[in-house]
Amino acid sequence: MTTVTSQHSALVRVTHWIATVCFFALLVSGIEIVISHPRFYWGETGNVLTTPLFKLPIPSSRKLVPSGYGYVLPDQNGWSRYLHFQAAWLVVLTGLLYAISSLVTGHLRKNLLPAKTDLSWREFSTTIGKHLRFARPSESEAWSYNVLQRLTYLLVIFGLFPLEIWTGLAMSPAFVSALPATVTLLGGQQSARTIHFVVSLALVLFLVLHVVMVCLAGFRSRMRAMITGHAIGDNASTNEERT
Amino acid sequence: MSDFSRRKLITAGLTATAGVLGLGAAARLAQKYGLVPPDHAGFYGPGETLTYAAQRLLTRHSLAREFRPSQISKPPLANELQPLPEAYKRLQAGGFTDWRLSVNGLVAQPATFSLAQLKSYPSRSQITMLACEEGWSYIAEWIGVPLSHVLEVAGALPQARYVVYRSIEPDWWESIDMADALHPQTFLAYGMNGDELPAGNGGPLRLRVPRQLGYKSVKFITSLTVTDSLKSFGKGLGSASPEAGYAWYAGI
Repeated sequence: MTTVTSQHSALVRVTHWIATVCFFALLVSGIEIVISHPRFYWGETGNVLTTPLFKLPIPSSRKLVPSGYGYVLPDQNGWSRYLHFQAAWLVVLTGLLYAISSLVTGHLRKNLLPAKTDLSWREFSTTIGKHLRFARPSESEAWSYNVLQRLTYLLVIFGLFPLEIWTGLAMSPAFVSALPATVTLLGGQQSARTIHFVVSLALVLFLVLHVVMVCLAGFRSRMRAMITGHAIGDNASTNEERT
Repeated sequence: MSDFSRRKLITAGLTATAGVLGLGAAARLAQKYGLVPPDHAGFYGPGETLTYAAQRLLTRHSLAREFRPSQISKPPLANELQPLPEAYKRLQAGGFTDWRLSVNGLVAQPATFSLAQLKSYPSRSQITMLACEEGWSYIAEWIGVPLSHVLEVAGALPQARYVVYRSIEPDWWESIDMADALHPQTFLAYGMNGDELPAGNGGPLRLRVPRQLGYKSVKFITSLTVTDSLKSFGKGLGSASPEAGYAWYAGI
């Protein structure tokens, strides 16, 4: 194997970057919305007269909240909410396109589902050991996902994202009027809000790890792979500069 | 190779044409079936239209969740209020006997109702949640007369598409479509948890729209206007909320 290309399909690349833009839009607007009531509850209801499950030690954008700070932040909920739902629509439609096409094209089977032989403790401990030693992967390993990566991507794409969408919809009074089980199964509207917040923290953690891994693996080549789809392995990158 | 790319080009062209025609047809259909919100213009229009259209198709007749008496929040939260206007204080001093609700616009008989008249109609109660866009919520029992009953008394005309409602607080007004206006849980509420509706919760008269966020449940209601278009109200965005940067449809 001399030159190993990344072979990200056009669909994977386009959906990846649309999702990236939406992710940041949802994150910024989500933070703005949380600031208006940085308290979290469990069950159906919660307000400043009830005991919170936990609260964030930050000032609030509303006078109603006893944040412990002597000032109130500017209210940015209007555009934040418009942006949050617009970005949610775009990322959900993009995600559906990605999920359906990854089933049809075999992307899911080839690149994301771990091989049966990889699902053993020996394989796990080898992979984890390599990570801990910061062992440099071989070229063939470098452009294929190992078992830990595969399981993480599967968890994020088919676990955390759907749960975030579900808990988001469970906060909508109109949506749950049509499908009440979507909120009662979660333990109530405030439980849905709390889970939505915790899952968003998990997604941010994933984003940080993802960016760190991209940097460790070679930022330029990985970015080129996800943008052009034609990046060549690190070892061959000098060759590629000339061609 | 060139054959292949030509085929690709033709396919892409046909897809794009079909897409544009499809979007045009979808927009006309959406307009016809009332699936386009009044604040559909601008950068956030597509998201708002998708939300409103999807929820109108899904929730036109669905009922807001109702709760058990044991789930009522104690004490009921009263959100912060602007200082109440003088007109309100005068009516409050008189025990609200002179409080009036006027109903006008596309109705057979424009009418004015006193609280006593509203209370003489068959009263209903429901235990529903009020959820604020900020994130907090509470559950209360709301007692009142369904808005549909008042619209029926005034004789709302068949071409009615929206009901605009106003507070005694200046510049506080909202509107809902007929799916919400005629919905059995949309109340003109005058009571709460077995008692009079407190001023802090919108007394003496609040329009409760339990399938939307709290800011659609305007407090201190004094007038209703039935209309077939929202263009001539305020800036034509549907209500005071979009003028302040908030979505007109708050079913989310």
